[in-house]
Amino acid sequence: MTANAATPRAELRNRAARRNARLRASALTLPLLAFIGVTFIAPLVVMLTRSVHDAAVAEALPETLAQLAEWDGASMPPDAVFDTAAAELVQAREARTVGQVATRVNRIQSGLRSVVTRTASRLRRLTPDADDPQFWRNAMLDIAPAWGEAATWRAMRAAGERFTGRHYLQALDLERGAAGDVVARAPEQRIYIALFGRTLVVSLGVTALCLLLGFPVAYLIAHAPPQRANLLLLLVLVPFWTSLLVRTTSWIVLLQSQGVVNDFLVALGLVAEDGRLSMIYNMTGTFVAMTHVLLPFMVLPLYAVMRTIPPSHMSAAASLGASFQRAFWRVYWPQTLPGVGAGSLLVFILCIGFYITPALVGGRTGQLISNMIAYHMQQSLNWGLAAALGGILLACVVALYLIFDRLVGVDRMKLG
Amino acid sequence: MTGRAPQMATAPWRPALATVALAVAASVFPAAALAAEVLTVASWGGSYARASKLAVLDPFAEEYGIEVRLADYNGGLAQVRSQVETGNVHWDVVDFDTVDLLLGCDEGLLELFPVASLPPATDGSPAANDYPPGTVTDCGSAMLFFSSIVAYNTLSFEAETPTTAADFFDLEKFPGRRGLRRKAQVNLEFALLGDGVPREDVYALLDTPAGLERAYAKLDSIKDQVVWWETGAQPPQLLADREVLMTTAPNGRIFNAQVLEDQPFAVIWDSHILNHGGFGVVTGTNNLDAARALVLYGARPDVMGRLSAYIAYSPTRLSSPTAPVNLATGTPMGPHLPTSPQNRDSALLFDFEWWADNGDEQRERFAAWLGR
Repeated sequence: MTANAATPRAELRNRAARRNARLRASALTLPLLAFIGVTFIAPLVVMLTRSVHDAAVAEALPETLAQLAEWDGASMPPDAVFDTAAAELVQAREARTVGQVATRVNRIQSGLRSVVTRTASRLRRLTPDADDPQFWRNAMLDIAPAWGEAATWRAMRAAGERFTGRHYLQALDLERGAAGDVVARAPEQRIYIALFGRTLVVSLGVTALCLLLGFPVAYLIAHAPPQRANLLLLLVLVPFWTSLLVRTTSWIVLLQSQGVVNDFLVALGLVAEDGRLSMIYNMTGTFVAMTHVLLPFMVLPLYAVMRTIPPSHMSAAASLGASFQRAFWRVYWPQTLPGVGAGSLLVFILCIGFYITPALVGGRTGQLISNMIAYHMQQSLNWGLAAALGGILLACVVALYLIFDRLVGVDRMKLG
Repeated sequence: MTGRAPQMATAPWRPALATVALAVAASVFPAAALAAEVLTVASWGGSYARASKLAVLDPFAEEYGIEVRLADYNGGLAQVRSQVETGNVHWDVVDFDTVDLLLGCDEGLLELFPVASLPPATDGSPAANDYPPGTVTDCGSAMLFFSSIVAYNTLSFEAETPTTAADFFDLEKFPGRRGLRRKAQVNLEFALLGDGVPREDVYALLDTPAGLERAYAKLDSIKDQVVWWETGAQPPQLLADREVLMTTAPNGRIFNAQVLEDQPFAVIWDSHILNHGGFGVVTGTNNLDAARALVLYGARPDVMGRLSAYIAYSPTRLSSPTAPVNLATGTPMGPHLPTSPQNRDSALLFDFEWWADNGDEQRERFAAWLGR
């Protein structure tokens, strides 16, 4: 009886001890989880929220927007709307939020920024005439005739939405028409779809170039005697350790029209003095510099995988009568696929968000979507649009990752 | 202590290392050690920041006993915005383009600084009448004028040299590459000026779709030949390397190349575009009083004029005297200043209100145009 009772108790004790050990072990990962939460997850959530949420106008002009909600959107708003808007614009000016209202309305219709700020500052100085029921209406129309257009009020109403898909529409070169339907933007304003396309093409191209150049290098290193392999690996790693800016500017020195490569070609007589090749500040420059910068990310995973492939496999294939080509494609190549997959995914994902190198060497035609995101973060301060562009980019990367997982299998991937 | 003493003895380099570390720390952070009040001013770096330091910041530091530290930035409002939003303001005063002064003011990122609070003109009249129209915002006023001019290398020309904005766009008369800044700002105005539009009509025309079409059509006519530059250091380099026949450039950079580096450059002052910028105080700064003191000091007519002794930029205030010669070389400044009598009549004043209104749309359109 006592012996029988002890066993389940011991079992329980054991189980508790195991649970404690597991808890202690996982507690060790808490600092990392907290770090990722603070530095990665939280900013990501904040930025994605910004892409659909902006309450600046809704908070500055609550009553006006409530009244505009009942307006049909085509005729002139009733006098009451003018009265409320005038009062709230003056309040907003005193609270120093009118500028935020102005920039947001301006993003929907260019030119309204100064209309809003000017109206707010001039209305402040007026004293209403109690006998004139249309006093504020006339005052606003006096200050800016734009208040007499339905489009202005539609812009106010649209800017007042707390949650909006506007930024995503704009990021896809779309906008809401007068009737609230989704229409394409004017041809000269369409820019983002083309940039997404170009980013995709450049990323695929650079990935392919990296694979083409990196595979033989990785093969060479993996099959060289240890002494030479170390030296070769060092040659791959030294550029990897060098500052990105240094490497990018070195390419400018090499490729510019008065640069080393052109001078050399002219000296050899291959290129005429006035026919110097333009290899930088265009797409060529972007491709060359990005491929060079990202090459180590391809070589290292490939090398890690190739090192584990026993040389005896190729010998066995050869002894069974396979030509080198056949042995390579049937025996060697399939075994390198985890490395190829890992390297390609790594290079592609880095490419898609690349920013400094295209900015420096891309010139007129070599700019990518990340340069526009940087512009909206730093210059226009339209963080909502920047967040929407970033959100779409993130969705693309996740989609590609899932496709990759389906085709190759992420569990087979080896990062080195 | 007793436990540590033997270790110290076995490692005699330690105290030496500590001394070195202290010395390094002291040389890197002298201000923290000496002055209680330190004001951080973000400015554009390079020769401009040097000139600004010598003409304004150093004399201010001496007069007020406030340590001034310079931080480099490259324009824009992003850093200011994130500092204000996170409540971690470490730039007290920022040297802005006037457009950013206006936009930052709208966004509530800058302290209000009405022109009425600025020091009076030299003759004692109110400051408001002393600033040219179009250089004042609620959060501060422009301190200096710098011009976007056309410059060329005289070695690139044998006989006839270009003299007008129209010549810049004339590829038949002057075949060769052109340098332009990769920005919509200034280029649209310059294209219309090059197309023969009178200065006073430029912004009215840009307000119409037809005017914009005309500007882009003019830029289209030289698009194949354009080398796009991004930082002010590039145009003198492009000219020196003869990568371009002529280029637009900030006039101060070309002045430096001409006078300090003896480059054979010439400037076309026909149709130059007068840009401006000035100090703004970041909302939430811990040094509000010192920051305001600096802005007031920099707005004094006599202080404002000093900058022109160091770099070829003019003060904005009408009563502000300009320096007759460059302090380092003794070069007479008259021909080189954007607002000197021989140059001011051909100037178009950059309309920052227009760009605050239309900037986003035009910058997108410009980017789309560039990529085509």
